[in-house]
Amino acid sequence: MKNDFRARNHPAYWAFIVHRGSGILLTLFLPLHFWALGQALHGAAALDGFLRWTEHPLVKFAEIGLVLLLSAHMAGGVRLLVLEFLAWREWQKPLLAAAAGGSLVAGLAFRLNLV
Amino acid sequence: MSRRSEVLLWGAQRISAMVLALCVIVHLLTMIYAVRSGLSAAEILGRTQGNAAWLAFYALFVASVSVHAPIGLRTILSETFNWRGRSLDVLTGVIGLSLAMWGMRAVVAVFSGGGA
Repeated sequence: MKNDFRARNHPAYWAFIVHRGSGILLTLFLPLHFWALGQALHGAAALDGFLRWTEHPLVKFAEIGLVLLLSAHMAGGVRLLVLEFLAWREWQKPLLAAAAGGSLVAGLAFRLNLV
Repeated sequence: MSRRSEVLLWGAQRISAMVLALCVIVHLLTMIYAVRSGLSAAEILGRTQGNAAWLAFYALFVASVSVHAPIGLRTILSETFNWRGRSLDVLTGVIGLSLAMWGMRAVVAVFSGGGA
C-alpha cells in the first residue's frame, strides 16, 4: 500500500490521529491519577503532600495538556458517535470544527482558573 | 475472537463512550470550578467524603473507563501491529481489570478520606 502523506493530510485524518493519540496518553495517565487520589486512603495530609507537588509550574503546564487531551478525546468521540449513529455525513467538517473549538474552550477555561 | 464477541466489544465501546461523554463533561466542569482557588485535600474531600452521589458518579466513571480504554487499546494494538489472538485479549483484559481495581480504590479513598 502506498504511504502517501499528501493523501492523508486532511482534517478527518488528523482527527483520527488526535483521537488515538489522546486515548493512549489518557490510558497511560490513568494509573498515576488513581494512585494520586488513592493517597486519600492515608488521610488528607497524605493527599495534600501530593497536591503540593502539583504546584510546580511544569506540572501545571502538564495538567493543562491533560485537560486538552481529555476534552479533545471526548469531543472527537462525540463526533464519531454522531457520524455513526446519526449518519450526519455532510456535518463532517462542522463537527470537526466544533470538536476542536470545544476542546480549546475547556483547556483555556481550565488554564484561566488554574493560574 | 468470534464475530459475536467482536460485535459485543464494538457495542460496549460505544455504550461506554456515551456514558463517558457525560461523565467527562461533569468532570471537566468540576475541575475548572475546583482549581479556582487552588487544589487542596480539603477542597476535594470536602466535596467527596461521605457523599453517596459523588461515590456513585465516580464508580460509574471508573467502570465505564475500564471498559472503554482496554477495548480502544486493543483496536489500536491490533491495527498497528497486526496483533490478533488470545495474547492480545488477555493483555487488554488484564489492563481493564487493573484500571477497574485501581480506579475503585481511588473512588473509595476520596469517599472515605482515610476514615474507612
